[in-house]
Amino acid sequence: MSEAATVFEAEDLARYFDVSRPALQRLLAREPRRILRAVDGISFSIPKGTTLSLVGESGCGKSTVARMAVGLYPPTRGKALFEGMDLEQARATADQRRRMQMIFQDPYASLNPRWRVLDIVAEPIRAFGLVSGAAARRERVAQLLTQVGLSPLDGSKYPHEFSGGQRQRISIARALSSNPDFLVCDEPTSALDVSVQAQILNLMKGLQRDLGLTYLFISHNLAVVRQISDRIGVMYLGRIVELAPAETVFVSPRHPYTRALMDAIPDLEMIGRRRIPVGGEVPSPINPPSGCHFHPRCPLANDRCRREDPILKPARGTPGTVVACHAVEEGRDTGPTAVPPLERVGSSPAASA
Amino acid sequence: MTAAPPLLEVRNLRVEFPSRRGTLVALHDVSFSIAPGEILGVVGESGAGKSMTGAAIIRLLEPPGRIAGGQILLEGRRIDNLSQDEMRRIRGRRIGAIFQDPLTTLNPLYTVGRQLTETMQTHLDLSGSEARARAIGWLEMVGIPAAAQRIDSYPHEFSGGMRQRVVIALALCAEPRLVVADEPTTALDVSIQAQVIALLKRLAREKNTSMMLVTHDMGVIAETADRVAVMYAGRVVEIGPVREVVKHPHHPYSIGLMNSIPPLDHRVERLAQIDGAMPRLNAVPPGCPYNPRCPKVFDRCIVERPDLLDAGSTRAACWLYDPAEPPHV
Ligand SMILES: Nc1ncnc2c1ncn2[C@@H]1O[C@H](COP(=O)(O)OP(=O)(O)OP(=O)(O)O)[C@@H](O)[C@H]1O
Ligand SMILES: Nc1ncnc2c1ncn2[C@@H]1O[C@H](COP(=O)(O)OP(=O)(O)OP(=O)(O)O)[C@@H](O)[C@H]1O
Ligand code: SF4
Ligand code: SF4
Ligand SMILES: [Mg+2]
Ligand SMILES: [Mg+2]
Repeated sequence: MSEAATVFEAEDLARYFDVSRPALQRLLAREPRRILRAVDGISFSIPKGTTLSLVGESGCGKSTVARMAVGLYPPTRGKALFEGMDLEQARATADQRRRMQMIFQDPYASLNPRWRVLDIVAEPIRAFGLVSGAAARRERVAQLLTQVGLSPLDGSKYPHEFSGGQRQRISIARALSSNPDFLVCDEPTSALDVSVQAQILNLMKGLQRDLGLTYLFISHNLAVVRQISDRIGVMYLGRIVELAPAETVFVSPRHPYTRALMDAIPDLEMIGRRRIPVGGEVPSPINPPSGCHFHPRCPLANDRCRREDPILKPARGTPGTVVACHAVEEGRDTGPTAVPPLERVGSSPAASA
Repeated sequence: MTAAPPLLEVRNLRVEFPSRRGTLVALHDVSFSIAPGEILGVVGESGAGKSMTGAAIIRLLEPPGRIAGGQILLEGRRIDNLSQDEMRRIRGRRIGAIFQDPLTTLNPLYTVGRQLTETMQTHLDLSGSEARARAIGWLEMVGIPAAAQRIDSYPHEFSGGMRQRVVIALALCAEPRLVVADEPTTALDVSIQAQVIALLKRLAREKNTSMMLVTHDMGVIAETADRVAVMYAGRVVEIGPVREVVKHPHHPYSIGLMNSIPPLDHRVERLAQIDGAMPRLNAVPPGCPYNPRCPKVFDRCIVERPDLLDAGSTRAACWLYDPAEPPHV
């Protein structure tokens, strides 16, 4: 396989949930079915040895993409391809399952409370027959626990005996134990203090450098995203609205939502101040706004935006970026900015309001 | 703010976990106070005892954990020795709790709306329809879109961040005097986070609600907290005004922690981290608990345990700030 081989690809991936009330109640109230489009047709690919991050508002569909990416949810439409194989059609083989692992957003819910940590971390090693003999297995578990900043002696305890961040590290150790090639990380460091977080991110970067691991990474912490990503997909209401090299997203964001997101980042210069949340109401994925989903909150919205759905197109003036916005396409926006967002935040007069 | 008598006072709190292999001491001598309307941020190493401190205050320590020493006072009255029954009445009504793990707070079998209305009706005198209207209002306040349509959803139908916002609404809806918030914004995107923080600050300002805010997010701390306590290995190792602790920390652990904050304005090859790991509860070294990792360690640190000492504008548990010590480099 060549260096740039694609490990994971999403092709028009979509997942809808039926959130209607029970049929009888619905009929009595003459309500239509309510379909929630959690993910509504997104496409991206991740080359081997690189990291693609998904960012975006809570509820925009990131975890749903993650679950489809490892075959936990069947897509309503479109395909999730691991090394070119459709996860749905070719029931993933044992080897494929070993090679793709997921770190869940909710560490506690994903750990079996009745198992000791040693058994939790050793389970994939045993299931896939990765090392033979109990002693070798214990040694491998000890190594993994040490790598995530826990002690080999912690193996004899149960998950409830750990703090939130310690549990998160147990699930990281478990995900790494099967020597995966593709790791889907849903908020993997959200429960960690910044020092342990740095340790884990350095570990992940090291594994990528040495073993060529590929990551699909999800985090609300944009500083973390900046440190780990090669490319970033910005999601809004079930769709990708901007996809670009990581540095470009921070230095020259183009979609109005991406820009608003950058302005909402908290930072240490803001002691006691208020930042600017993205204005307007968060729309409902059950009744998404017509045309561009972002139009009710967008300062650049016009009639075309209310009517017509923008599709991802290369952004003029920002090489490598694709963006779904009529204003960018028409050149009605302010164009590429060269100012890093941090400086914009710091010097924005609204920040001192 | 210093003049007002504290709303919450924690004095020399000690929490122990008896186990087959001996007693583990999870919290040693933890002391701090929170004034009315004040937000105390609590940060520190994962496993340092932040959640445990919150759990001890609201008395939901996981058995066999128990308060083995010290006192907890709410509005001048001891609450650490109340019966579980009396404590149940205080929880929810006078102390609201936001737990680190939203799934454990929410009952998967009840709709979000039912959980909110029941909580309000337990503590406030409200009719069913009033409670429902308020529940929708709270969901809107924490930024749940189409709240009126989604109030009858079950927790599993919400995303991680939406569930976290429901938990926040549950903790606030009975209008408590003190809110113990354990990582309330970790699952939230920066925009909703800004909204939730604005809500918490407004409650502190307008309703004089006090808050213990545990979080790893230094940006949130900088923006929200009035004072900050830094914990390490079951102790408060530094406490002081937010600006000082974040910008000019004194304790070597706090300094290492602040240096590990990932930069937002540029990318680095390798992030700064504190090497090594926090000692396990049954292997805390004698002397200063930070001594195996401390770049400033000297002979006294190995044998004698420091208490909080005046360190300029903060207080730090570190011998470097003992006036009797010659200046160390
Ligand atoms: N099992 C389900 N049934 C019904 N709706 C669901 C289900 N799972 C997710 N949803 C809905 O799909 C949308 C996307 O959810 P998802 O968990 O993917 O969001 P997310 O981007 O991961 O958010 P967060 O940042 O809060 O974790 C949300 O509106 C959520 O309520
Ligand atoms: N049920 C238990 N039995 C024994 N030890 C426990 C138990 N629960 C927690 N601990 C230990 O107590 C210590 C403090 O835990 P706590 O949950 O307060 O940490 P924390 O500071 O909140 O960490 P985090 O930031 O990771 O959530 C940890 O070392 C943990 O392993
Ligand atoms: S398409 Fe129109 S409404 Fe949508 S982001 Fe662009 S300018 Fe705003
Ligand atoms: S007391 Fe000594 S070991 Fe402890 S933090 Fe201070 S200098 Fe470091
Ligand atoms: Mg999620
Ligand atoms: Mg905790």
